[in-house]
Amino acid sequence: MIAIVDYGMGNLRSVEKGFQKVGVDAQVVSDAKSIENARAVVLPGVGAFRDCMRNLDALSLIEPIAKSIASGKPYLGICLGLQILFTESEEFGNFKGLDILPGKVVRFRIDLKVPHMGWNTVSLLKRPPIFENILDNSYFYFVHSYFVAPAEPAVIAGMTEYGINFTSMIWKENIVATQFHPEKSQETGLRILRNFGDWVKKA
Amino acid sequence: MLAKRIIPCLDVKDGRVVKGVSFVNLRDAGDPVQNARFYDEQGADELIFLDITASHEKRNIILDIVRKTAEDVFMPLTVGGGIRTLDDIRDLLKAGCDKVSINTSAVKDPYFVSRAAEKFGSQCIVVAIDAKRVPGIQFDTTGEDWFDEEDLQEVCLRMPPRDPFTWAISTHGGRTMKRIDAVQWGRKMEKLGAGEIMLTSMDKDGTKDGYDIELTRAISEAVSIPVIASGGAGTLEHLYDALAKGKADAVLAASIFHYREYTVNEAKEYLRAKGISVRLS
Repeated sequence: MIAIVDYGMGNLRSVEKGFQKVGVDAQVVSDAKSIENARAVVLPGVGAFRDCMRNLDALSLIEPIAKSIASGKPYLGICLGLQILFTESEEFGNFKGLDILPGKVVRFRIDLKVPHMGWNTVSLLKRPPIFENILDNSYFYFVHSYFVAPAEPAVIAGMTEYGINFTSMIWKENIVATQFHPEKSQETGLRILRNFGDWVKKA
Repeated sequence: MLAKRIIPCLDVKDGRVVKGVSFVNLRDAGDPVQNARFYDEQGADELIFLDITASHEKRNIILDIVRKTAEDVFMPLTVGGGIRTLDDIRDLLKAGCDKVSINTSAVKDPYFVSRAAEKFGSQCIVVAIDAKRVPGIQFDTTGEDWFDEEDLQEVCLRMPPRDPFTWAISTHGGRTMKRIDAVQWGRKMEKLGAGEIMLTSMDKDGTKDGYDIELTRAISEAVSIPVIASGGAGTLEHLYDALAKGKADAVLAASIFHYREYTVNEAKEYLRAKGISVRLS
């Protein structure tokens, strides 16, 4: 079973139904035990970085998630689930993240509309398992005002252009995370969820 | 490059799509989920359900529709109409919708927008602005001056628009005019936490005569959040004009897609040929 972590941030239903649609066993959970027992963790979420960390902390889920990642189980972060992997975010002053990957979460400082909202392309630097059978420069749905600036360029798997080139996907060993929303990206997005399911089976 | 979005809008009344997709082999043309799937297959970028059910007691019907749609269609879904409380928003988001569109409740209490944005994040709070051309009265620039409403209603509804003009906002589907300047209101909504503006020209809505390009451009240039142009689409050129000349980030259309005059994909091919960045699968 794959654990979709519910910590009160945004639309989990689409993630759950998306996995269901492609025949992957994934369940919404919000307790440490279920995360421990799961074969993999999915952390979705939209909204504020600060609230995300606070809610995870209030539910005592930070440690179980970090442990699951450290044990080598596959992790899929979506949007906030990507951002909180990093050291800190400049949203609301400075706020600490999980610090599993070194780097910062920064706001768009560009002459374009913010949030970056809509369909944009992801150009691959390397192909993580979730990108199996997906074309380079495919469109995905984005909605965010902040993006990650990894300190180790080696973790960057995909980049997207919006005023600047920013990191839209990272991959390091068992960790893969996207700034875009696979669960909102129609066929291509569902393909990502299916690929993640396959990867978990093999892991 | 970020693609300009094409967004079909479906009016839902008492759980049924009214004026939905016609001349198509839908088993049930009034079924919202089937309509949603139809547009999903056509490559629509998002979908909006506008709940025009009059009774607030029937809100669970739209929730049920959202739940069923979210099980089947994996694209961004916005619901507008009759949203009055934070609980209404929470219920919709939990059911699987991604954004809610607020109009009347924002006008009644602008800080409802900030409370909603604080609680759920700006990214899911769309403010719907219904704007109508009015003679060039000097509006209060804060957007908070709504006295003299009856007087304005007289002016707006009886006098033909003339130059110099401005745009005032209306609520209740255009039946009530407010003494609020639409451009100032857009700025204020952004400041209070709106993540997007859905802008409908009440002068153009239903005319198939083209969007109000000046209005679209005025608001789009005044705010730094995305603007969806709505009201008046009759041809593909109208879509182009709203995006290229009106500087909209997305266009909403209903009848040109429902009545199969064009498919969403045809619209996108047309736009791409004219140099607009769109997502074509």
